Amino acid sequence: MHLSRTARIALRIGAGLGFAVIYVPLLLVLVNSLNPDRSASWPPPGLTVRWWSVAAHNSGAREALWVSVKAGLGATAVALVLGTLIAFAVARHRFFGRDAVSFIVVLPIALPGIVTGIALNSAFSTVLEPLGVGLGLFTVIVGHATFCIVVVFNNVVARLRRTSGSYEEAAMDLGATSFRAFVDITFPLVRSALLAGGLLAFALSFDEIVVTTFTAGPGIETLPIWIFGNMTRPQQAPVVNVVAAVLVLLSVVPIYLAQRLSGDTATSSRV
Amino acid sequence: MTTDLPTAAGRGTVRRLAGTLHRRPRLRLALLLTAPLLWLAVLYLGSLAVLFVSAFWTTDSFTSQVVKVWSTDNFHALFTTPVFRQVVLRSVGVALAVTALCALIAFPVAFYTARVARPRWRPLLVVGILTPLWASYLVKVYAWRLILSEGGLADWMLAPFGLSGPGYGLPATVLTLTYLWLPYMILPIHTALEQLPAGLLDASADLGARPGRTFRSVVLPMVLPSVAAGSVFTFSLSLGDYITVQIVGGKTQLIGNLVYSNIELNLPMAAALGTVPVAVIVLYLLAIRRTGALNSL
Repeated sequence: MHLSRTARIALRIGAGLGFAVIYVPLLLVLVNSLNPDRSASWPPPGLTVRWWSVAAHNSGAREALWVSVKAGLGATAVALVLGTLIAFAVARHRFFGRDAVSFIVVLPIALPGIVTGIALNSAFSTVLEPLGVGLGLFTVIVGHATFCIVVVFNNVVARLRRTSGSYEEAAMDLGATSFRAFVDITFPLVRSALLAGGLLAFALSFDEIVVTTFTAGPGIETLPIWIFGNMTRPQQAPVVNVVAAVLVLLSVVPIYLAQRLSGDTATSSRV
Repeated sequence: MTTDLPTAAGRGTVRRLAGTLHRRPRLRLALLLTAPLLWLAVLYLGSLAVLFVSAFWTTDSFTSQVVKVWSTDNFHALFTTPVFRQVVLRSVGVALAVTALCALIAFPVAFYTARVARPRWRPLLVVGILTPLWASYLVKVYAWRLILSEGGLADWMLAPFGLSGPGYGLPATVLTLTYLWLPYMILPIHTALEQLPAGLLDASADLGARPGRTFRSVVLPMVLPSVAAGSVFTFSLSLGDYITVQIVGGKTQLIGNLVYSNIELNLPMAAALGTVPVAVIVLYLLAIRRTGALNSL
């Protein structure tokens, strides 16, 4: 389409504004962590790194971070196993109800978090509590894993659809058992998809607040729950500011890893 | 030497097991599906089913105990209580407004990244759109709480015009939700615009259409399914949200807040309220399916 000069300029400005809207809030969070004042009035009266050292010694935030990491790793591990199993079943077998299986995998993330949250909450309290097991980190992991399965599944199933089963068959024709074929052929083929799915699953779990609210037992506080609880307390504002800034900075890590992974995919897809 | 024997035997067992599995694809399938289906179909769907059934139970108003007697009182209350009706309408309105705003903002951005920017820069721009998705949801809402706070960035920017920011409330909620889900709208539109064959646009121009006409008659119909695909995210994510409203919404109540406030004292009512967003989302998906958008998700 041959756009006029004016149209091009208008689009440039529109897109520039769009990107500004996307990034200004994130930059504001970074700047605000250096705000010496407890209020968020703009412009800040000065800059200081004092709150960063205060936040580094805040035991609540540190414990919450640790709980989040544990929950994320647990949920990711479960999601990797279950998501991969379903992906193999759906991609390598034909069976009655295959579409239904792909559907219920997506359901936990498609439904509002609060519905998933209260459903799991009432199920846990009716089934687990008579057994003497209360809500705790374990139930958080179960809840998170439920909606993390889909991202692992999506990544692995997409990879399996692109690679035919003939490599495994060739390996078995050459005398490998199906286990050996899996270890030597199939696993290397899906490895980067597993990494990408695992990364997404961890990020989803690390960020989750609604399902966590309903599945966490007393005393179990993930980082989002901690931030949410302290956000409206003026006393805690500077520490919340720093934690928010740290999370903005940390979001670069998965982007970097995802870029590395897609590079890895590009090279390994030549197999 | 002695250790070789059990290993050989072990290898034989593995080989036999592998052979059995290889010859019996049904057994293999059963082994693959048992654990995930126990988790998703029994634990998850089971919980959902119990929740849905409990929407037909009632609560003893004295003891707050759930009474397991079948009744449609909750749904009756849902349809007849003015507050509930208002909140449901407001929630759907917010979700639609967020979707419309996202589409309006996303279009020029996607048009630029897909067709105007130099091809060399395009992958980088896509990363630029994706990046905020990795930033924490809560931190992004918090950023808007800071921006819209009294004397915050919004007030500061609007002060020269003699205006002040919207403060916390319904407009702030719509604004924040739009910000949160915008990338989900930009990406599918970007992909669709990128795949648009240049020949079609040239043909339209050769036949005498001005850019405006080409946009309306060629670009828009071809991109619309992607807008619909993006709207699935913007609509359903907005409809279920209750955290953003609590942070920037002031006293505004959306359907999620009603569900949340009923959980402790009246779980059956919360369950009945919870079926509303689910039903609306299902209806929305059914309507969207006609555009063929679900295939491009």
